[in-house]
Amino acid sequence: MATSVSPPAADQDHSRGRDAGDGGAKAFNRLAATCVTLFALIWLVPFVWAVITSLRPNGEIAEHPTRPWSSNFSLDAYSYAWTTNPMGWWYVNSFIISTLAVIFSVVVCSMVAFALVHLDYRGRYAVFAVILAGLMLPTEALVLPQFMEFRALNLLGTYWAVILPSVALPVAVFVFHSFIKGIPVSLIEAARLDGASWWRIYYQVVMPLCRPATSAVAILVFITSWNAFLWPLLVLTQTKSQTIPVGLSGLIGGSAIQYAETMASAVLGILPLLAVFLVLQRQIAQGVANTGIK
Amino acid sequence: MTTTSSLGRPAAGVGTSSTPARRSDTPERGERRAGWLFSAPFLFLYIAFLVGPVLIGIVISLFNTTTVQPGLGSFVGFSNYADVLTSGDFWDSMWHSVIFTLFTTPLLVLLPLLFAILASRMARGQWFYRLAYFAPYVVPSSAVCLIFAFMYTPETGLITNAFGWVGLTAPDFFGTTSGAWFAVVLLTLWWTFGFNFILYTAAIQEISGEVYEAASIDGAGPWQQIKSITVPLLRPTMSLVLILQVLASLKVFDQIYILLAGGPNYSTRPVIQYIYDTGFTSYRGGYAAAATMVYFVLLVTISAAWFLLRRRRSAVNA
Repeated sequence: MATSVSPPAADQDHSRGRDAGDGGAKAFNRLAATCVTLFALIWLVPFVWAVITSLRPNGEIAEHPTRPWSSNFSLDAYSYAWTTNPMGWWYVNSFIISTLAVIFSVVVCSMVAFALVHLDYRGRYAVFAVILAGLMLPTEALVLPQFMEFRALNLLGTYWAVILPSVALPVAVFVFHSFIKGIPVSLIEAARLDGASWWRIYYQVVMPLCRPATSAVAILVFITSWNAFLWPLLVLTQTKSQTIPVGLSGLIGGSAIQYAETMASAVLGILPLLAVFLVLQRQIAQGVANTGIK
Repeated sequence: MTTTSSLGRPAAGVGTSSTPARRSDTPERGERRAGWLFSAPFLFLYIAFLVGPVLIGIVISLFNTTTVQPGLGSFVGFSNYADVLTSGDFWDSMWHSVIFTLFTTPLLVLLPLLFAILASRMARGQWFYRLAYFAPYVVPSSAVCLIFAFMYTPETGLITNAFGWVGLTAPDFFGTTSGAWFAVVLLTLWWTFGFNFILYTAAIQEISGEVYEAASIDGAGPWQQIKSITVPLLRPTMSLVLILQVLASLKVFDQIYILLAGGPNYSTRPVIQYIYDTGFTSYRGGYAAAATMVYFVLLVTISAAWFLLRRRRSAVNA
């Protein structure tokens, strides 16, 4: 339970190993640098390849499949991919679902974490134990009974079917729990003495202080619900109501000669989250580290 | 684990309750009620959509429910379980998930460790490594599969050709079982490498620089530092990454389903796809629920065992 949400150690000792002094260490570091950089460049190849392919004309791809340049790059494949598939709808669906999942899970999970830390009520330890046990629940394995439940509730095909199961997230509770524990009790007591209600303490004292935990949870929930595949595949059956991952999966094994169009669709599917990632790189890495370490 | 606010009584009637607490050791009524009100939304969703499916799964597995029409069907006792446990297809798919786990776990536990250690020693460009290694993790599985399927294309694909450049012949990625495993393991390595890389990097940043300074004053070279400082201090993180990886790999579905559809000839079909096929293609709901429960028990056993083991170990250390 060693979850700690703290600002990244930005001022870490970057020079370690550099000043090891002797030539052996220098050679080692140079070798290491070469290895890691080479590997990192290889890691970027699939991205670069997808982008290049999406910009080349199909005829040229068929003729010289592994040639990385072209004299007539064009964006035609993108407009084709955008108009043949309901990409716009997929974006909208994914965005609404992920955003609502983030809002609900942040609110719901932080509330229960607040209660567990600061409110003394009977059954609190039972609640805590139940949530702890939830960490071990492999929800992905339960799609079939989950499907039966949502059919009985008549919610199949709605956004709710995708959102509701992803809200009560035990990991998120523990991230909030350990963060709220770090807030000085005296702050809460002072607010109590001033006559603030528990609700006001929660959303005016505790939540503003919980920003790092909130962003960690928000990032985790957003990425997982944006990329969720199996459950949305089962419950969103209309083409127009699908999310990006589900919609894109339908393109696999499609027309074998439309290389550029297929790659353009893949690039369009990657773009939104990748853009978010490029902007929030550090926060995302930090958030994953904090939520992964349960 | 839970810090109780020692605050006995608020000054005036606050919030929901205006009756002052009578005894200082019992929590105030308003506080008790607030506690439940704050926990209620989570507990409701948790019970309805996490615990609920487990119970529904248990019930359905005892009936010959079909997935096409509502209603439970008739009670059949444990015969679904008997069918599942004697089904060769079920055990094959179980075995495929295990094979996938055996292939991916060592790679995804050790390679990110190595590269996180090496990258953390670099003076510059940390952001670049994080970008290159972690970016694939935010890509949806189907986009990954589209790109890799293109790169695996026989004759024309980039990876197929890359084999030729180093003098090897590429396996048939879609036509043979071994080729299919290679394709899906390589894809998974590329896709999820960054997650473990980030976990290791975060743990490495926790190690104080002074330890290394002391070691290098004592004349320890970089390799010795890694071997006798970094790796031993990363043991707990390695054990965490190991269990997260085993559980994630056992739950594999997306890549194999999208890229290979479990093929060729069902020889890579993982257990979740087996449940999907029997439940949603053959509509044998009761049977698929029984398979779900067997698989579910296996996963819970593994994570519970790990959890207990870790608790015992941390109790010994403390």
